[in-house]
Amino acid sequence: MPEYSEKVMEHFTNPRNIGEVSEPDGIGEVGNPVCGDMMKFTIKVKDNRIEDVKYFTFGCGAAIAVSSMVSEMAKGKTLEEALKITNKQVAEELGGLPGNKMHCSNLGADALHKAITDYMEKQKVEAGSSS
Amino acid sequence: MKTINLDYTAAAPVDQGVLQAMIPFFTEHYGNPSSGHALGETPRRALEEAREKVGLLIGAEGVDEKQIIFTASASEANNLALKGLVAANKKKGNHIISSSIEHFSVLNQLKSLQKEGFEVTLLPVDRHGTVDPAQLAAAITDQTILISIQTANPEIGTIQPVEKLISVAHENEIPFHTDAAAAAGWIPLDVKKTGVDMLSLAADQFYGPKGAAALFVRRGIRLRPLIEGGIQEKGLRAGTENVPAIVGLGEAARLAYQSLDERSQRVSAIRDQLKAGLFKEIPHLHLNGHPEKRLPRNLNISVEFVEGEALLMRLNMAGIYVSSGSSCTSQALKSSHVLGALGLPPELAQGSLLLSLGKESSKEDIPYITENLGQVSGLLRNMSPLYHQHLKEGNDNARVQ
Repeated sequence: MPEYSEKVMEHFTNPRNIGEVSEPDGIGEVGNPVCGDMMKFTIKVKDNRIEDVKYFTFGCGAAIAVSSMVSEMAKGKTLEEALKITNKQVAEELGGLPGNKMHCSNLGADALHKAITDYMEKQKVEAGSSS
Repeated sequence: MKTINLDYTAAAPVDQGVLQAMIPFFTEHYGNPSSGHALGETPRRALEEAREKVGLLIGAEGVDEKQIIFTASASEANNLALKGLVAANKKKGNHIISSSIEHFSVLNQLKSLQKEGFEVTLLPVDRHGTVDPAQLAAAITDQTILISIQTANPEIGTIQPVEKLISVAHENEIPFHTDAAAAAGWIPLDVKKTGVDMLSLAADQFYGPKGAAALFVRRGIRLRPLIEGGIQEKGLRAGTENVPAIVGLGEAARLAYQSLDERSQRVSAIRDQLKAGLFKEIPHLHLNGHPEKRLPRNLNISVEFVEGEALLMRLNMAGIYVSSGSSCTSQALKSSHVLGALGLPPELAQGSLLLSLGKESSKEDIPYITENLGQVSGLLRNMSPLYHQHLKEGNDNARVQ
C-alpha cells in the first residue's frame, strides 16, 4: 500500500458526493478497467454555476480520494472557474499524491472538464435548434 | 482492534522451536564452518544436519542430500538453477522452456537471457493456471537445454502436473527445474519419485526465517556459480554460510515434514470454509486458480466491479491484511501477469484478492472476515460505475424479458 497523506486517507474513508445527479446537464467519463481506474462525473448547472456534482469511481485509494476532492472543489464554481481546476491543484489540495498515483489526479480533473464541455456542447446544440 | 493476517504468503512468524534452534548459533556456536579448529565443528555439523532435514522434506534423504545448496532466497536459488545451468551448458543448445505464470525471479532472468541470445518459450496455461504436458512436448527442440516450471503458483495456488511434465522432459533427456517455493512445507515433495533435477525452496514459506533458502541439484547436473570465491556449498555459492539462518531452515523443514499432513488438512479445511462463507454471503465473486488442485492455504478471488487496492485499504482499516493483483497495488502499475495468463478480463484482475492462510488461522475468524469483506465490497460497489452499469443492464434485461 502506498504512503498516502492524511487528507487522502480522510477522503478515501469518507468520500463526499458519491452518486449521480438526477437528470444531469453534463456527463464526463474517463478511464477503463485495463488501466485500473474509471470515473464518471455528472453535473447539474444553474446560472452558469455547478449547482451539484456527483461521481461514480472504480479505482484505487487515490482515485477515490481525487474524485471526492474534485467534487468538493467544483461545487458552486462557475463553469469557467471549474474548467481551470488542474490536476496539480487537486493533488495539492490532497496534501500530495505518491509519484506513481499522479495520473489519478489527471483523471479526476479530466472527468470534470469532460462533464462541463459535454454540457456546453449540449447548450450549443439546443441554441442551434431553437434558432 | 482485532487483526487477522490473510497474507501469510508474504510473511509468517518464525516458529518458536525454529527460533530456539537458531539462537545458539549467533553466540555460543558462532564458529566458521570452514575453520579447521574446534570452533568450526558444531556449525559444520549443524550445516550437514540442516541439509539432512531439508532432504527429508523433499524426499532426498540418503544418497542425494549433499546435493542441497543453501542460498539466501528462493529467488537466488532460481537464479543459480537457470543462469547457472545455461552458463555451464551453452554448448548443448540455447533454448529454455518455462511457463507464463512463473515468479518474477524466473521470468526476469529469462528476459535477460533472451537479450544474451537465448531462445525462450513461455508455455501458456489454461483458465485454471495449469500447464499442459502435451504443449511442453510440442515446444521441445533439439536446442532445448532446460525446462523450468513451478510446482505450485504462489498467487493462484494452482498445483502443476509436475510428474508428467518431468516425464516429458526426461523422455527428451532435458533437465527439469522446479520452483517449489510456494509448495514446500505444504504439499508432499519427493525428488526421488519425480526425478526432478533441481528444486528451489525458501524457509520463510514454512515458518523458518527470511534469508534462508535452498536449491536441490541432482548429481550429474552441471552448474556455474553466480557467486565465486571460496568453495563453500560445493563451490556453487561462495561466502561464509549464514549458519543460524540455515539451522532455522533445517528445523523449519523438519517441523513442516513432521506435521505436513495434519497442518495442510487443517488449513485447507479452514480455507474451504472461508471460501464457502464468502461465496454464500457476497454476490459476484469469482474464484481464481484451480478449483481442486491448489495449495491448501491459498484462496484467490476477484470481487467484481471494484478495484483491489481500495479493497485492500478498506480491509486494512478493519484489521484484515490481504494482498491484491491489481495494477494499482503494484509498483509497476501492471496487473498480475498470472491473472492475465488465465485470460481473466481486466476488470476481474483489478478486483483480485489473494487470501493466504497460515497455521495460526482460525475458523472463528471466518464470520468477521466475511462480514467485513461483504461490507467493504458493498460500499465500494455503491460508488463503482461498473456496478451501476451492471444494475442498469440487469433492469434492462428484466424489462426485455
